[in-house]
Amino acid sequence: MASFSQFGNDLYSGKRSIDFIGRRRLWYIISAVLVLIALVGPWLRGGYEFGIEFRGGSEFTVSQVSNLDQTLATNTVNDAQPGVNPRVSTLGTDAIRVQTDELDPTQSTAVQNALATAYDVTPNDVTVSFIGATWGADITTQAIRGLVIFLVLVAIFMAIYFRTWKMAAAALIALLHDLVITAGVYGLTGLEITPAAVIGFLTILGYSLYDTVVVFDKIRENTASMGERGTQTFGEMVNLAVNQTLVRSINTSIVAALPVASILVIGSFVLGAATLRDISLALLIGIIVGTYSTIFIASPLYVQFRSNEAKIKKNDARVLADRQRSTAAAPSSPSVSA
Amino acid sequence: MAQTTAVKKAWRTLIWLVVLFAVLVGTIAGGVIWSTATWAPKLALDLQGGTQIILTPVTEQGQTVTSDQLTQAVSIIRQRVDASGVSEAEVTTQGSSNVVVSIPGTPDDATLNRIESSAKLEFRPVLLASVASSVAAGSPTPTVDPNLSTTPTAQPTNASDLAWVTPALQAEYDNFDCASTQADNAGLAPAAEPLVTCDSNGVKYLLGPVEIEGANISDATAGVATTQNGSSTGQWVVDLTFDSTGTQQFSDVTTRLYGLTGVQNQFAVVLDGKVITAPSTNSVITDGRAQISGSFTQTSAQSLADQLKFGALPIAFTVQSKDAISATLGSTQLLSGLIAGAIGLLLVIIYSLIQYRLLGLVTIASLVIAAALTYLLVTLMSWRIDFRLSLAGVAGLIVAIGITADSFIVYFERIRDELREGKALTSSVQSGWKRALRTITASDTVNFLAAAVLYVLAVGNVRGFAFTLGLTTIVDILVVILFTHPLMTLLAELPFFRDGHKLSGLDPRALGAVYRGRAQFRAPSESVSAAKKGSSSREVQKRQTIAERKAAELAGTSAKAGATDSKPSTDEGKNS
Repeated sequence: MASFSQFGNDLYSGKRSIDFIGRRRLWYIISAVLVLIALVGPWLRGGYEFGIEFRGGSEFTVSQVSNLDQTLATNTVNDAQPGVNPRVSTLGTDAIRVQTDELDPTQSTAVQNALATAYDVTPNDVTVSFIGATWGADITTQAIRGLVIFLVLVAIFMAIYFRTWKMAAAALIALLHDLVITAGVYGLTGLEITPAAVIGFLTILGYSLYDTVVVFDKIRENTASMGERGTQTFGEMVNLAVNQTLVRSINTSIVAALPVASILVIGSFVLGAATLRDISLALLIGIIVGTYSTIFIASPLYVQFRSNEAKIKKNDARVLADRQRSTAAAPSSPSVSA
Repeated sequence: MAQTTAVKKAWRTLIWLVVLFAVLVGTIAGGVIWSTATWAPKLALDLQGGTQIILTPVTEQGQTVTSDQLTQAVSIIRQRVDASGVSEAEVTTQGSSNVVVSIPGTPDDATLNRIESSAKLEFRPVLLASVASSVAAGSPTPTVDPNLSTTPTAQPTNASDLAWVTPALQAEYDNFDCASTQADNAGLAPAAEPLVTCDSNGVKYLLGPVEIEGANISDATAGVATTQNGSSTGQWVVDLTFDSTGTQQFSDVTTRLYGLTGVQNQFAVVLDGKVITAPSTNSVITDGRAQISGSFTQTSAQSLADQLKFGALPIAFTVQSKDAISATLGSTQLLSGLIAGAIGLLLVIIYSLIQYRLLGLVTIASLVIAAALTYLLVTLMSWRIDFRLSLAGVAGLIVAIGITADSFIVYFERIRDELREGKALTSSVQSGWKRALRTITASDTVNFLAAAVLYVLAVGNVRGFAFTLGLTTIVDILVVILFTHPLMTLLAELPFFRDGHKLSGLDPRALGAVYRGRAQFRAPSESVSAAKKGSSSREVQKRQTIAERKAAELAGTSAKAGATDSKPSTDEGKNS
């Protein structure tokens, strides 16, 4: 790992520098393609699949049962009607409750009979009803209202803290980019959107902004003294800041992603916990995209937003002129000291 | 000297951390001994199961429930359940008319009442009133003419008009027994008709039609009543604020009642068909504020205030069934989550040891402190506001590992930056801290803002999420200020770290520092051109780094002799 440490030193000193700002067109194109896929892909595939918590569904209550085995119900429903995502729980001391995606009358009769046979009761002991969404429209409405107010407040906070609204704008665009791509993964894979997935989504919203603020704070620090020394253009200052925080960005995203990846792999694929899969997939994608967008989208956008400011233009023009002059003068003047 | 103050301050801060832990543990211990607290956090519906309550509507004859009413009822019940804490209950509809409420644990009567009572508040003028002792006798009230027929002799001119009292109504009133009918479905009389009912003290009332509805209340708060000179009476009351319509109506009613005498001077506050209180009208109230006093406790006053604030249920409900329900996910999923989390944590530990050598131990110790603090706070909140951990919540806490660890990473990287500048470790720790703290505070503010806004505005699972996010953000700030920084300050004094041992993770040589501690210069790394040597010490003083100059050089045209550019650029800097 000495090489990684050396890598960090080189990034810090500028010996090694990755041109994040200069090659922004490339990053923009990559992101535009990803966003396009995330937007169009799900639509081509047939839209998002919302879970029973959002759409409501069918509920079967098996009463007078002597056997309270929940896996029996899960297997029975999956055999009778595959792909309806049964959620099973016991009710009281002698009943089993099964909730599934919404079924049509034929399907629900099939499930009803299958459950009756499996639990050795008469079909009359299996009641069928429709249940509404536990995640109702009211939760969504309130959450969206909360989010809009939060975004307005966070934009104001960032504009005041960084003393420029352009950072806030760049951060919010990067956030939107992250959310669209993360949502797109659900649409493309056809994974059910459950409340757990939405919670994961909200976590990403926080993470993406958090990550951007950390890097922007270094940019703020590096560009605060712009115009005082003047050997760097504005874009170069920002690029150096991004490079100097690159080790931190890599370390943080790895540290954040390790537990999430572990939940995704071990929790869902090995131990088979669907809720864990729903939430950790959103989180893993979000952490990766969130870190990416700070470096490749938010920072170049910020430079671009400010590139037309008179102060920046003046600084850059002078720096470039200096550089021209010193380059021209260089061959004729020997080094002063060795 | 500066170092010793820093060290002293570090010890003092660590003592504060110990005090914080002692207070948390003490509070929970006190709660366990004298109250209902537990040493473990409570689990949510998905992990622990709870109670499923099916509510069925009670409607006036022939009335059907529309889906709009049902949706509205679900929304109001959800807000009521949430008002008592963040237990992440599930509220939904079943069939065409039932509401299903699933809440973790076993609900007590107060909780059930909070959920099911429709909280239909009405203001009705009192026409007749008598205490319970006269019920059996059925004695007619002298003010009423017993010869009136079943229909009013005259069309009542207003809600206080005694013409409302027909002989039939009089008979109903006379035979009404507060003791036996209290539990019956009183209060279902249409708003435009008179109502016979009782209060909790057994006083019987015949009330006129509804004058003001609960829907016209814009806010309701619970508080302790104060006397005119401002001292507290210790009696719990609910303060109401009417909207503009309600204010006008209330003003009209008090104007009319103020002119009447006897019981007709009183108006009754009726909640779900029962009279809570029937105060006399001593003045005309035009400012739209009213206070309901009754035999309230703090809990019942708060509960009523919440119910009034979130609005009355459009339909009355009764509990049809109440069953224990098992966890939908069960213990295996929680275990999977915890195993996965533990493995993830182990990977984080290995990674930070590789990246930061023994400095990684600081990360690990800080994460342990953060975990302990989170555990205590979650436990405390489980007791105080019924916070419940769902599987999504557990996952949220695991993700918080990343954000918490980031604070340490930002801090360490800042210290390393300072070391690269050539500072000694002790001063690097202090100046790195100043810059890191700014970044950490700014980024945590964003997270906390999200948590606060969503906690106040959202309901259901989103509110639970907001709570978890806020909690972990506070823990992050507390740990980095109260533990990580003091620990780093103290470690910086140890020779092992101060002299930059290879395994310390703070080896200036490995970090390519130009200047070592104790005024020893070492040969600048080969990456720095000969010409830059001369300017290096000046650069360090100026805080702006060699690195940045170097970068500028690289970005510029490649063939460049250092000596020439260093001078003009400095001059330029002074000029601009």
